[in-house]
Amino acid sequence: MVCELCKQSQATVHLTEIVNEQMTELHLCESCANQKGTQVESHFGLSDLLSGLADTSKVQEPEEVTVKACPTCGMSYEDFRKVGRLGCSECYPTFKRSLGSLLKRIHGSPIHLGKTPARLVKPAKSKTELAELKKKLERAIEDEEFEEAARLRDQIRRAEQREHS
Amino acid sequence: MTKDLDELLKQTSEWLRGAGPVSDIVMSSRIRLARNLEKLPFATRATKQSQADVLKLVKEGIAHSPTLKKPLIFEMGELSEVDRQFLVERHLVSREHVIHPDHKAVAIGQGEVISIMINEEDHLRIQVMQSGLNLADAWTVSDTLDDELSEAIPYAYSSDWGYLTCCPTNTGTGMRASVMLHLPALVLTKQINKVLHTITKLGLTARGLYGEGTEASGNFFQISNQVSLGRSEEELIENIERILKEVIHQEQTAREALVTNNRIQLEDRIWRAFGILRHAQTMSSNEALDLLSAVRLGMDLKLMNGLNRSTLNELFIFSQPAHLQKLEGKTLTARERDAKRAQLLRTRLGNHHEKQT
Ligand SMILES: [Zn+2]
Ligand SMILES: [Zn+2]
Repeated sequence: MVCELCKQSQATVHLTEIVNEQMTELHLCESCANQKGTQVESHFGLSDLLSGLADTSKVQEPEEVTVKACPTCGMSYEDFRKVGRLGCSECYPTFKRSLGSLLKRIHGSPIHLGKTPARLVKPAKSKTELAELKKKLERAIEDEEFEEAARLRDQIRRAEQREHS
Repeated sequence: MTKDLDELLKQTSEWLRGAGPVSDIVMSSRIRLARNLEKLPFATRATKQSQADVLKLVKEGIAHSPTLKKPLIFEMGELSEVDRQFLVERHLVSREHVIHPDHKAVAIGQGEVISIMINEEDHLRIQVMQSGLNLADAWTVSDTLDDELSEAIPYAYSSDWGYLTCCPTNTGTGMRASVMLHLPALVLTKQINKVLHTITKLGLTARGLYGEGTEASGNFFQISNQVSLGRSEEELIENIERILKEVIHQEQTAREALVTNNRIQLEDRIWRAFGILRHAQTMSSNEALDLLSAVRLGMDLKLMNGLNRSTLNELFIFSQPAHLQKLEGKTLTARERDAKRAQLLRTRLGNHHEKQT
């Protein structure tokens, strides 16, 4: 396979990204990949995603994109678009809507199903976990995320079994 | 401080031991968790003061962890360039971690199983490495360590989106599970591109020996999950393991086919590689990786004996530039390194090895 950028060397670096729910691939030789820098992995897809977002939002730019800046670190959504990196944890609630749809595009789902920091689950681990899962299930059904909902239902069943055993 | 770093040179990293499940094909398994502290700015907006705060809080957190006992802690800015590169070659820090070393640090546990990068792109990058195909153990260790740290360190976390990271491609679990595979038979039989292509279609990424943007030298491929949100850590690991099993099976089939149909050509290739390694007077790092890969295949197929896997695994790392310079105890030019590399390989592979009949 030949490098897609210089069209000369053998492509040895293979990248895949999800753009608009479609997988796209980039095959590069080592030197082209190095020129793109170490951020090639996350930046390639992300800048595409971000410019994709820019296109769709031209018609009706959501308020938070044009006006708001993060109260803690001062980053605006425009700044984020340029660098592809957020400024602090408070950027997440600040850009809730835009980030939510970006996360869904990157990961296929915007709902966290992984672990919770030990400090937060201590009191009644299984109970809060179960309540959390049920809340998520409701959200998934509302958003018509049926695959997600099926998976959540399985998790709830497992959590309930753990509780009863 | 650098004296401690020199101690690492004398030990074999756990992940190079060449033990554990399917270690003829899987070199190592790694779990990496990205974590940040609440309210403090991420790398993009960090100040000297905020990075110093992160370092202090993380060090205190580490001091409370029973899992990471008596770690070696290095501040990257205080290390020489060779020492920093040495840590990259041992996979203890990322290449990104040494580009702008100021205010960055790394904590390394016993046997180099655990390392925590501090002030990388995320405030913490917790890494656990195991030998062979062993993501489950790596996950158990990193999960426990992460719980211990989270008692002392206020992580940035939301119940909707999970762990909040600097780059949205890591949000959620913040987890990257990756496995280093040695796939010489798929390369020799020209099936590798097809296999990698399929892998990327299934939501995994393939890279070279030293991660992002590196060439797959020595027929080593690092395969990891692409998505970090919307699935639990266990589900992500199950998914990658299921696909890996298939890749491993294909490599095994290709190896068997080579032995059955092209045994003489294969043996010729392996023994020529061994001959060059035993006698060359100067050698580039890429040539060394390719020849060592051939010899490792010969050993794994039992076409050669008298070699052990951990010696070979170590040579892949010791033939890298910073390791050679650490062994020599001084900086070397590229030409001097090539000579030193050839000498190291001649010596370490110097014992008698009979062809198996
Ligand atoms: Zn190129
Ligand atoms: Zn912010």
